[in-house]
Amino acid sequence: MSDSHAMETPLAVEHEARPELRHHFADEQQQRNAASLGMWWFLGTEIMFFGGMFCGYLVYRRMYFTEFAAASRTLNLPIGAFNTVVLLCSSLTVAMAVRFAQLGNRKMQVRMLLLTLVFGLAFLGIKGKEWGDKYKEHHIPTFNHYNVISGEGALTNVKGNAELLGLDKITDPVKRQQREAEIQQRTKIFYSLYFALTGMHAIHMIIGVGIFIVITWMAHKGRFTPEYHTPLEIAGLYWHFVDIVWIYLFPLLYLIDRRGA
Amino acid sequence: MATVAVPVEQKNYLNAEYGIRSWLFTTDHKRIALLYLVSITAMFFVGGFFALLIRLELLTPAGDLLLADTYNKMFSMHGQVMVFFFLIPSIPAVLGNFLIPMMIGAKDLAFPRINLLSWYIYIVAAGLYLWCIFSGGVDTGWTFYTPYSSLFSNTHVIEAGLAIFIAGFSSILTGLNFVVTVHRMRAPGMTWGRLPLFVWSHYATSIIMLLGTPVIAITLVLVVLERTLNLGIFDPSRGGDPVLFQHLFWFYSHPAVYIMILPSMAVVSEIIPCFSRKRVFGYTFVAMSSIGIAVIGFLVWAHHMFVAGISLYSALVFSFLTFLVAVPSAIKVFNWTATMYKGSLSFSTPMLYAIGFIGLFTIGGLTGVFLATLGVDVHVHDTYFVIAHFHYVMVGGAVLGFLGGMHFWWPKITGRLYPEGWGRLAAVIVFIGFNLTFFPQFILGYLGMPRRYWDYSHMPEWQGLNVLSTAGASILAVGYLLPMVYMLWSLRYGKIAGDNPWQATGLEWKTPSPPPTFNFDETPIVTEEAYEYDKMPLPEEVSLER
Repeated sequence: MSDSHAMETPLAVEHEARPELRHHFADEQQQRNAASLGMWWFLGTEIMFFGGMFCGYLVYRRMYFTEFAAASRTLNLPIGAFNTVVLLCSSLTVAMAVRFAQLGNRKMQVRMLLLTLVFGLAFLGIKGKEWGDKYKEHHIPTFNHYNVISGEGALTNVKGNAELLGLDKITDPVKRQQREAEIQQRTKIFYSLYFALTGMHAIHMIIGVGIFIVITWMAHKGRFTPEYHTPLEIAGLYWHFVDIVWIYLFPLLYLIDRRGA
Repeated sequence: MATVAVPVEQKNYLNAEYGIRSWLFTTDHKRIALLYLVSITAMFFVGGFFALLIRLELLTPAGDLLLADTYNKMFSMHGQVMVFFFLIPSIPAVLGNFLIPMMIGAKDLAFPRINLLSWYIYIVAAGLYLWCIFSGGVDTGWTFYTPYSSLFSNTHVIEAGLAIFIAGFSSILTGLNFVVTVHRMRAPGMTWGRLPLFVWSHYATSIIMLLGTPVIAITLVLVVLERTLNLGIFDPSRGGDPVLFQHLFWFYSHPAVYIMILPSMAVVSEIIPCFSRKRVFGYTFVAMSSIGIAVIGFLVWAHHMFVAGISLYSALVFSFLTFLVAVPSAIKVFNWTATMYKGSLSFSTPMLYAIGFIGLFTIGGLTGVFLATLGVDVHVHDTYFVIAHFHYVMVGGAVLGFLGGMHFWWPKITGRLYPEGWGRLAAVIVFIGFNLTFFPQFILGYLGMPRRYWDYSHMPEWQGLNVLSTAGASILAVGYLLPMVYMLWSLRYGKIAGDNPWQATGLEWKTPSPPPTFNFDETPIVTEEAYEYDKMPLPEEVSLER
């Protein structure tokens, strides 16, 4: 007991030499492990958060499969795929920024982070354009002009949808009207979930961009060294997570059934 | 003047700094715990006020005190305030916050600033909820069932939903802090097998907070979106599924019951060995049963929906899983009892609460098994039987645990003893008042009195039991107010407690009371298991009694 006491440096002196070490941690290793475990658990809560919506999506997709598939075909596949690539690129630049921090290359670190911001904002811009198109097509559920039966946004404008929805076989006008009303309702649920899911994802992206503006600034100021770059690392974890959410969203929303479309 | 008794005025977390700023910008887990204590106590009285109005209305069969719509708001807001703003933060955010770092020999929680942030988030949420109350309240029941909440209710559902959504983040951050702290901040020698059971239970609670709370958050977001944007996800007339809402709601809100009860079990697991002067019986089983409750607790939610149109087969599975969750709960009860068996018992105030907890939790838990039985549930579903059942768990269990814990660690928190005689009296009053309030409700429920009714003039014979219940509630209120008074009194006039008035084991008792800001002058090194009571001397008062 007395031995270990004699060896101990007074707390204040010990910590003064290591400005990044917060007072309640014994050493940097412990601090880094705590931060990264905290972020992993936080991502666990995020999975549950999105999980609630994914669960709703699965329930309704099973209940109203044909309507979901038909509505899914109205989403802009090339743009969605391009956006996926953009987001994947941003994850790559984040990973490279972490690598350059480990190597102590500040210039490349900042460049990679700036690229990340560009990719992130590009993703949001493209997403915004897609939403704008949905507005023009009258596909936004909350508005009174919502219409998937006729006009610019009619589901039947997409090849194969009339067969998928069974509209081509209905000749009786009353029955056709009933079916159309049904389609109108059920696709509304699809688009509600589409906007809820992509909207929640976009909010996470916006938060991510905010975080990375701070991180880029810190990198620019030379705050990250090969020994200490925990903020960059855990912000990177968050970014990758938001990316992964999109990796699931893209097939679930855009690729329900593209056969013959 | 009373401080004369202290030989040297030591610097501790309370007198290290003064002024309102030193509290509002503190990152000390002990100070944040006290901030929480004050805030949740305030919310407890808000919720208690609604309870008072409910009980007064039910004193007579006719609906004569409140309007029907007002009554709906009263029970809704009573439930929401008590569950989301008192019970869920109660023991974890106050006692857990205060004790977990000390129990594992750490200087603070892993993320002190996030800890403070969680309190501010709680305050924002509570403020928004109070605003909702004063602008007219909410009447959906605490459960927000759709499509009523999303389509028909003309009350402030959005404010209430958002307030609870925000409060959820406060509890997520608390849980996150606890999990990381337990994993990463333990002192040398503090192995998992040496952790106090208090910490094990809070670890299990934190896992539920982390994995459950996000689901209610997104569910409430969907309800708010449905209401503001007129979506129809949960509206059956537009192809939506209201039962999906119930699944999502109870996926959190059933495990939330364990967020409320596990911390109480944590407290009881500390009190019982201390006042039995014995090692806890079956440490590993008690620790693992906490984890078991957390895990199985996630698999039982649909037992709230047996009459909501779920399939018979899934109802059977959920019924079986619900029976299963009784097993770890029973393990705890048996182990506490076995700990007391042949121990040197002393019936100090915390022990009275702990013993009260065991009895009332057993009743609450066993009636839960009745309710998990499909046939019985059909009969008593949505009656006062259910109300009595969950109040036995939430009040008889969670609140008694909270009061017991507050008494047990009061000397550590404040450095002073509360008056023991008053303490025991209050504990007995709470026990009597509680049983008088809620036992009649079991009978009322079995007789068929539905929950949430404001007028029972078609069945005037229910009045006798309702009068008993209201009378009990008044006694219970006295039992709550008494500790408020004498504990505040003891802040100034209480006897100086000393470091370890109960001669309890655990690192938190090895540091001065009140503890210094960083808890320990030097990081402790743990060499023994928890609850080595055979090595501890008897506390002064107990040895005098003998």
